[in-house]
Amino acid sequence: MADITAPAYRIIPIVPKLKPGAMEGKGPFVASDKINEAIGFPGQLVEDWHDKAIAKMGDLLSKYRSLKVYMDACVHCGACSDKCHYFIGTQDPKNMPVARQDLMRSVYRRYFTLPGKFFPKLVGARDLTREVLDEWYNYFNQCSECRRCSVFCPYGIDTAEVTMAAREILDSVGYGQKYSNEIIGKVHKIGNNLGLPGPALRDTLEGLEEDVKDATGIDVKFPMDVKGAEVLLITPSADFFAEPHIDSLIGYAKVFHATGTSWTLSSMSSEAGNFGMFIGNYEQLRTIAMRIRQAALELGVKRIVVGECGHAWRVAYSFWNTLNGVGDGADADDKFAQMLQKQLDHRYKQPMHICEFTWDAIQAGELSFDRSLNDKHVITFHDSCNVARGSRMGDFAGGQFEIPRNIIKACANNFVEMDPRTTREQTFCCGGGGGLLTDDLLDVRVKGALPRMEVLQQVKDEQGVNFMATICAICKAQFTKVLPIYGFDRKMVGGVHQLVSNAIILGEDK
Amino acid sequence: MASIVFAILFYLATLLFVVGVLYRINIYARTPAPLKIPTTPAPTTKGGVVLRMTREVLFFESLFKANLWTWAAGWLFHAGLALVTLRHLRYFTEPVWGWVAFIQPFGIYAGIAMLLGLCGLWARRLFVERIRYISTPSDHLMLVLLIGIAATGLLMKFVAHTDVIAVKGFFIGLMHFDILHFPTDLLLVVHLSLVVLLLVVFPFSKLLHAPGVFFSPTRNQTDNPREKRHLSAWAAKLEAEK
Repeated sequence: MADITAPAYRIIPIVPKLKPGAMEGKGPFVASDKINEAIGFPGQLVEDWHDKAIAKMGDLLSKYRSLKVYMDACVHCGACSDKCHYFIGTQDPKNMPVARQDLMRSVYRRYFTLPGKFFPKLVGARDLTREVLDEWYNYFNQCSECRRCSVFCPYGIDTAEVTMAAREILDSVGYGQKYSNEIIGKVHKIGNNLGLPGPALRDTLEGLEEDVKDATGIDVKFPMDVKGAEVLLITPSADFFAEPHIDSLIGYAKVFHATGTSWTLSSMSSEAGNFGMFIGNYEQLRTIAMRIRQAALELGVKRIVVGECGHAWRVAYSFWNTLNGVGDGADADDKFAQMLQKQLDHRYKQPMHICEFTWDAIQAGELSFDRSLNDKHVITFHDSCNVARGSRMGDFAGGQFEIPRNIIKACANNFVEMDPRTTREQTFCCGGGGGLLTDDLLDVRVKGALPRMEVLQQVKDEQGVNFMATICAICKAQFTKVLPIYGFDRKMVGGVHQLVSNAIILGEDK
Repeated sequence: MASIVFAILFYLATLLFVVGVLYRINIYARTPAPLKIPTTPAPTTKGGVVLRMTREVLFFESLFKANLWTWAAGWLFHAGLALVTLRHLRYFTEPVWGWVAFIQPFGIYAGIAMLLGLCGLWARRLFVERIRYISTPSDHLMLVLLIGIAATGLLMKFVAHTDVIAVKGFFIGLMHFDILHFPTDLLLVVHLSLVVLLLVVFPFSKLLHAPGVFFSPTRNQTDNPREKRHLSAWAAKLEAEK
């Protein structure tokens, strides 16, 4: 920890020189027997890992068109080669998206294609040896599945899909990552990633009600397990206690209060995050998402709203309808989905992002702000990768960029943009996403933050930016940790609803 | 003798190419895409997806965003190849279709553009450090193969003419399962041998990017997951088990 320092800024946009082997190593902590077995994976590396891994790869190739096409289609054009934040920050060539994919593609060619079987050297095919497996573990845990590479690939090859497949294969032979697998165990056992039990959660929420009352004089409620509420809020569990996350939770509550919306949290389903996606395991992804379905059915809610969390919003927006039926447009004979979809109110989008909720309310004139309360901030917005490239908000493509910005502009006076090559669909990951937000990966996290820190420095120097708003729990936690290493104030990062909370006018005089 | 050898080679290569590519396409088409994964912002309608794919396939939109040099060389090569291929239809049609006759002169410029594009791509592969790093021997050989085809073709146009009437006769003959005289000029033999090789390696190599791009879920999916439930057959089974 002590020897982890920030790399020097580049003169943008120089492509860094290669430093082969710069990030070689053992990778993050390996999951223990107990952690793996709790979620149905072999406790440790199985004897016949080679055959099992190849069989699993064949299985995934037959189940995922993305993987099959992406293994075949790459022409090594290099379009993606300078696009990954981990490559830019570490200069390790194996962190170039194409090279990361090739760690698997080389094995695919050897076992699943004729040229690789007959002329392995010619086409860069290799046997799956223990060294190769270790290399997978190391480098597939240096990818945050942020999809920036897929924006630039002429065939849309998404390294995230390859990383997910690799992690799924590793898990299937008992070579899982401690951080992600341990968290998945906690969701199943306790209901959220942080392992906060129901009573602790209730205490926290009551404390928040008192805090808000003290600060504003208004009785803003933080309800939990209220049957018959209109809205079920599913939010990342970091919102319940971590700084600056909790300020956004207060923001959501104030918006619900001001709009007169009856809402509730669920103690059983108190987590928006879904690390099943990070490890590429469909069953885990689905089982974790099923908790939301269960909570919605039990509480009888009409709407489901999701808090500020990047990958959670990707899972909610893009996958929930598939996984747990939260959405619209199920076939009439689709009993599983219809059961829930009949209960939901389809005048509203299902699920809905809290930013969509707030922006709708602003447009309907239901919220009013005193923008001057945010005047101490010069604000910029960091697009979170999974929201930017894996989801949408509103009715038009790109709403995920406009709506959070519109909210910021509605509740604050000073907003500036960072370099357009680093925002919107071209945004850089914070460096901590995809199951990498663990201290045993701090080195790669710090280096991966480099491209974002460079442009943040730029707007800080040139326009006096002192607040970077974002709508992702992982971004918030990652930046809180790495900002000081780059010489920024850790309090510089916060949520969009933190700004909403600062400026919203509650009570009779609104 | 040469006639028989080339006739057999072309029949086999064409068969392999057609069967091989159809086999691959069949696999891509049958493999399910269980989740909605379009790279957003993505079109929200089918028509929008058609437009996105058209821009991607005709103009290499994503590559344009990524790197102008690679885009320029790549687009020059592919556009040149397309025109040159169409120009070659004159060897397979009698009488030659009007529009094929019309593009003949442009096809020659296209051949030069194609060669320039290929050389540009190879230069990048040789001299740009990170692209050299990711290149396998087959990546280089593929470019050599295509450069060979383009160069021999251009040489026959500008330096040593071959008997194109006989060439045309030979191919029209093949189309009617009739093996006619094949002119054994060195350039022609090399040119056509390389084309045979290209047809053979196509279904087994990265050249599958051509059919592959149409099946890429990040590009061909509509961004409407909230509006329409998307469920693959194997995922639906998990619901039945419950």
